[in-house]
Amino acid sequence: MTSAIELVNVSKIYRRYSGRQFATLKSALLKRSLLRELRPNEAFVALKDVSFTVPKGSTVGLIGRNGSGKSTALKLVAGITKPSAGTVKVTGRISALIELGAGFHPEISGRENVFINGIMLGLSKREVEERFDDIVNFAELREFIDAPVKTYSSGMYMRLGFAVAIHVDPDVLLVDEVLAVGDESFTHKCLDKFGELHRRGKTVLIVTHALGLVERLCDDAVWLDGGEKQLEGDPKRVIGAYLTSVEESEKQQLAATTTKAIQSAAPHVPAGDMFQATEGRWGSREIEITDVQLVGADGQPSFVFHSGDAVSIRFHARALKTTTDFVFGVSVFNADGVCCFGTNTDIESMASERIDGDAQVTFAVDRLDLVEGTYKLDVAAHRRDGTPYDYHRQLYTFRVKSRTHDVGIFRPAHRWTFSPNVRFK
Amino acid sequence: MFANLGTLLRYRGLIQSLVARELKARYRGSVLGFVWSFVNPLLLLSVYSFVFTTVMRNDNAQTRPYAVFMFCGLLPWTWFAASLTESASSLISGGNLIKKVLFPAEVLPIVSVLSNMVHFVLGLIILAGFMIGFRHLPNPAALVWFPVVVAVQLIFTLGLALALSALSVHFRDIRDLLANVLTLWFFATPIIYPYFMPTVERFLWLFRLNPFYHLAVSYQETLFFGQFGHARSLLLLGALSIVLFLAAYWLFDRLRDSFAEVV
Repeated sequence: MTSAIELVNVSKIYRRYSGRQFATLKSALLKRSLLRELRPNEAFVALKDVSFTVPKGSTVGLIGRNGSGKSTALKLVAGITKPSAGTVKVTGRISALIELGAGFHPEISGRENVFINGIMLGLSKREVEERFDDIVNFAELREFIDAPVKTYSSGMYMRLGFAVAIHVDPDVLLVDEVLAVGDESFTHKCLDKFGELHRRGKTVLIVTHALGLVERLCDDAVWLDGGEKQLEGDPKRVIGAYLTSVEESEKQQLAATTTKAIQSAAPHVPAGDMFQATEGRWGSREIEITDVQLVGADGQPSFVFHSGDAVSIRFHARALKTTTDFVFGVSVFNADGVCCFGTNTDIESMASERIDGDAQVTFAVDRLDLVEGTYKLDVAAHRRDGTPYDYHRQLYTFRVKSRTHDVGIFRPAHRWTFSPNVRFK
Repeated sequence: MFANLGTLLRYRGLIQSLVARELKARYRGSVLGFVWSFVNPLLLLSVYSFVFTTVMRNDNAQTRPYAVFMFCGLLPWTWFAASLTESASSLISGGNLIKKVLFPAEVLPIVSVLSNMVHFVLGLIILAGFMIGFRHLPNPAALVWFPVVVAVQLIFTLGLALALSALSVHFRDIRDLLANVLTLWFFATPIIYPYFMPTVERFLWLFRLNPFYHLAVSYQETLFFGQFGHARSLLLLGALSIVLFLAAYWLFDRLRDSFAEVV
């Protein structure tokens, strides 16, 4: 199998000319530093020693976080920028959908722009003529094709740009997140077109955050992170690994948020409604709550859980003196500040008897049946009449992930059943 | 570098259609449309003629009819100055193309120069009209040199345009500086005054250092005075222009990779 795109040990260093921000030609000449000033003084490594090959006729997805070097890699493949080290080899005619309609001139008509854009992308005038009708039909712009492009809506603009680029009939098509634009039906049309290119043995390299698309469309996936290749291969496996790593960094982020929230928690008492969402911590501290943790099924503290996981809320309580009147409570809020669930020992008819010294409290949930989203947690100890000992309001943030993007708050365990005459693919 | 220079020929079609687009787009939306290509130089000429034949009367018998004389130098100057001004900002305003499309950047300054050349050629039609109107026709023997003069100016302008466009990506000040330099340059060149004025002759060595001096003199001699005696200087300038063009292209090529990052 021959390769259509081949990157061998490619690095890309972006030079930053930060020190020269206010330098002028005059001062550069005066200081005789013209050439020196054209030299970089700071380097940013966008890609580090990346190698991968895209076999001819395959569709490959490039995934990774923002700033991971995906777009840089695509620009290198397109030849728009040159690698600082290593080699990029591309066989066949390239068309890059990096920005649709990048070369359009607003004042002239769509027709003229199609011609110029086509020529820019490497077609001859005759080739554009041959494809002109297909382009216009694909873009669904027949009646507007003679109007100046500046009168087009952004959707029309994108459609025309896409139509031209895809009709260049490239051997290698590079796509950078352009499917995010356009309405549902146009997106479908684009996907169909990708499918058609695939069948005709063309090579497609897609940069996208739409992981579902990669899973559906791509033969292979490459995951970049921090400019380095992390994994390459079967899309399912690569996406899985990528998602795990995203979770890991989310955990760290949430841990940082939580630490900050606890440190800066202001000792103020909420005015009015207890269910109003304001962060904070207050109370007499006769019973003090510390070390609040969310613990997953594996017994490890975490901040990210999957819908349906077993989760425990664990915390430490210290009673300064033996106390008989106490209630422990927890509640969960979603990002909109809606209380999803709240309970305490009093509500659940547990009459307090005594607490003294250090204690450990665990609130175990067998199934965390919440939909995907970010949630905040309240933990509190107070008297039965509500006088707070230590009230932690929304200091703890955790995230629930789900493969299904169902809506609402509560995701009960469920199943569908159908009579035999209802079928799904 | 020479490989890149070769691919430039492949982009003929692109350059051609971009020049056409430039010309089409420029007057799109105006009432007179393409007529402006004629009206613009005409208005410019009227202003200058009014100033120098009425306000500041010029009594040199050799430069009569003055309007025709001045037009011979003004037309190429306008081409030159507009080309440089436009190409200095061509890469910056065409940043989208350089960053997002695989696009030979040198096409942009070249298009600036060529589209202004089209305006120059259209201006020549007006000049011809004036010559007929004033019954001051050029001498065919001198006129054969005219295409050579245009060719030299084209190469000279292309060289400067390439260098300026590449440098102004890194030094945006060039665009502002350029406007002032061009004003000075205009007055330092015998365009509104004849090259045989006593003051010019006194500082002739200084004037001869000005490349556009040779172009202006050549234009005036071939088109107006009907006697071309500047061939040697012109051909020397032509040779230097080729060197300038190659040097500028080399510079452009060196800086090429930084465009997509800095623009």
